Amino acid sequence: MLVPAVISVPAIHNEDELRRFVRSFSGVDAVGVESRVAKLGTRSLKKSTKMSAIDMAISMVDLTTLEGSDTEGRVTSLCTKARRPDPSDLAVPSVAAVCVYPDLVAHARHVLGDATVAVASVATAFPSGRASRNVKLLDVADAVGAGAHEVDMVIDRGAFLAGRWGQVFDEIVAVKAACGGAHLKVILETGELVTYDNVKRASWIAMLAGADFIKTSTGKVGVNATLPVALVMLEAARDFAEQTGQMVGVKVAGGIRTTKDALKYLVVVNETVGASWLTPEYFRFGASSLLNDLLMQRRKQRTGAYVRPDEFSGD
Amino acid sequence: MSERLDVKKTYKLVVNGAFPRSESGRSYEVMTADGKFLANVAQASRKDLREAVVAARSAQVKWWNATAYNRGQVMYRWAEMAEGRRAELVEHVQLAEGVKKSEAQRSVARAIDRIVWYAGWTDKATQVLGGANPVAGPFFNFSLPIPSGVIGVIAPQESSLEGFVEAVAAPICVGNAVVALASERRPTPAVVLAEMTATADFPGGVLNVLTGCTSELAPHLATHEDVDGLDVSGGAELGDELALLAAGSIKRVYRPRVNDVGNSLRRLRTFVETSTVWHTIGQ
Repeated sequence: MLVPAVISVPAIHNEDELRRFVRSFSGVDAVGVESRVAKLGTRSLKKSTKMSAIDMAISMVDLTTLEGSDTEGRVTSLCTKARRPDPSDLAVPSVAAVCVYPDLVAHARHVLGDATVAVASVATAFPSGRASRNVKLLDVADAVGAGAHEVDMVIDRGAFLAGRWGQVFDEIVAVKAACGGAHLKVILETGELVTYDNVKRASWIAMLAGADFIKTSTGKVGVNATLPVALVMLEAARDFAEQTGQMVGVKVAGGIRTTKDALKYLVVVNETVGASWLTPEYFRFGASSLLNDLLMQRRKQRTGAYVRPDEFSGD
Repeated sequence: MSERLDVKKTYKLVVNGAFPRSESGRSYEVMTADGKFLANVAQASRKDLREAVVAARSAQVKWWNATAYNRGQVMYRWAEMAEGRRAELVEHVQLAEGVKKSEAQRSVARAIDRIVWYAGWTDKATQVLGGANPVAGPFFNFSLPIPSGVIGVIAPQESSLEGFVEAVAAPICVGNAVVALASERRPTPAVVLAEMTATADFPGGVLNVLTGCTSELAPHLATHEDVDGLDVSGGAELGDELALLAAGSIKRVYRPRVNDVGNSLRRLRTFVETSTVWHTIGQ
């Protein structure tokens, strides 16, 4: 365990120092966070802004299928949709990435060919993370070997909640090493972390350990991404960037189904960390049904008529 | 002892089996026929309309999946609920339309009877509108009426209750879900009647009622691609424009005729599609 000292982050050599540093944060004002996002959620976006925000949101989508019933055919149609979300309108941007299980990465790469859409894979015994470190690292190596550009790992929530933060940290470091050149997204599974303080601590641990992205949820538990949690994570990313000069991305995943929700997140991003995070490089939506709603609203803005949901293919 | 304060009712929308205010926060004043203040009524926006269509779309599946017999029972129960609150409906019709009490009573009675009439049609429309077709082969060939889906209704502006019942009960009885714009100046009888669907065991969203400015909402209802049919009875002042807008998404359109007769099945016929099935003759 070694975090070199930068501007205001001390060098960290062992678990005790990590604990001391992470414990030194001020607590999160839960009431304040919730009222702030409630307020930001009421912002109204005017038409031209909304149009560009919708396109921006489309370009930030990680189009996801993580079901036991996934087949190659399903991944093929997902990839086709990812490249060209609305075949009737060439102005619609491609999504950022498709996100699949490791065994389908090679197929997704094959289908996408030289498209700009990245292939992301979940790994490390997703979604529970309940496996030995060796198994997790093999899982990562598998995904990377098959050609994944991005790896979405889950942290060991059991270890985190039991206070073994060093274990969580070391595991992220090990996974990051196994990723090689692939981007690492660290899923905190905030629905299981109970408090905002824990979300803030886990965000910092992940960022100190070298995460390229911190991500809210797997989408597999009862509580998924929420605006207050996103705000806490964004503020952590902002503070981290201020203190280390390194920008870490944030991905919100699970339960975001409507354009309205997506635009609220974009407003929160803009108001918290600023426009430099408003690119697919630093902000993502992990979603499946959201894309269709974005396409529907986009067409509504363009033609003035509300659109039939089955105008756009299911995934 | 102090005088008791009035408990005033603000009339809300009926969407998805719930009674929300307008998303826009707007409301407007409704007057009685002789110009006195009657009530504050929610003024729906096009976003409320969009929500109502989403609710209707999912409710329609449940409604059509119920047996025809069960749909009849539920509609009859709606009539039962209305019967129990007749006095209230009479008062509303009287205030809204400015008619004598005796006339309002007759109008409410006709409206309730009309619900019962349509309740009866739920399991008879198939026989009357469908049929067996003669084919040259060892097959049965049936043509069956199936609901169009989600029907937009611009309820008549003058007849606040009877006209409303006629326009919404017909599409509902053949398995459609309805998004209705109540009469703009006389909305309260329709809202009161629609509230009763909540206790009549309709799946939430089968009947959604929006109150507000007809000329503001009707064009959005007409152009909405996820609405399959449109009854333009109350849209006379918008003329043919609504039917033109509806044509953009190939809706079935019901337009009133000058000499419309009572007990007509024209609305039932308008809001069904025909599905033809083949089946081998047994043995």
